[in-house]
Amino acid sequence: MKLNLEKIKGFSVIFIQEERIDAHNSGELKEYILHMIEQGEVKIIVQLESVRFIDSSGLGALLSGYKHASAKSGKLALACCKPQVFSMFELTRLNRVFDIYTDLSEAFENEA
Amino acid sequence: MCNEVIQVDVIIPTQTKYLDLIGSIGEHIAKDLDDFSGDREALAYHLNLVLTEATTNAIKHTTQITPKDTVRITIHIQDNELNIKVYDHGQGFDLETVPLPDFDHPKESGMGLYFIRTLMDSVSYTKQTDCNILEIIKKL
Repeated sequence: MKLNLEKIKGFSVIFIQEERIDAHNSGELKEYILHMIEQGEVKIIVQLESVRFIDSSGLGALLSGYKHASAKSGKLALACCKPQVFSMFELTRLNRVFDIYTDLSEAFENEA
Repeated sequence: MCNEVIQVDVIIPTQTKYLDLIGSIGEHIAKDLDDFSGDREALAYHLNLVLTEATTNAIKHTTQITPKDTVRITIHIQDNELNIKVYDHGQGFDLETVPLPDFDHPKESGMGLYFIRTLMDSVSYTKQTDCNILEIIKKL
């Protein structure tokens, strides 16, 4: 799983550098996020601009991060979903769970 | 209307690195179909997703028994009908007992078959003597 982590305005922002999140790399993403949370980084934004495909295991990895961050009084939010990726959140009603922002500016503004 | 005949037959090792290949085949077929009047981009994503989910399931089922096994996937299009078959050599499962996801209390797993059922027209799973077949049909 190619990704970059940047600290911006007090948030840990994960820039996913893959076009595809599926059962081949979602386990690695899940472990990466859980490790961050264990290290105390619980204000997380996942930037999905490069991602043009996500499957059920990818959604599961993000949901796992959301639950673990919430359990530590943190938050995992999403930004820059492409329309077809967003439609997967709608199909599973996970758009009611995650806050999904158009861009990072909107995410920082609302999560501050 | 979609009058082409397409037959694809692929055998892959039970490794998730091949999911991209299988999903991409579905995506390309959707994008190249002649005379398809529906939402081509949506169909491309859905075929990519359904093939990915079905193959992931087959890999998971199979690797529990023999790690060096293979998964066979066939895609057949004829008479405005797309038929996908995914063959696994695992113990199999009862499709009818797989529940819908609980949307009020979402879990990290169990959404794959929901995607297949929701996005396609019919799904069946049959156990045969030497393999199991997940058959998925989509009217074009």
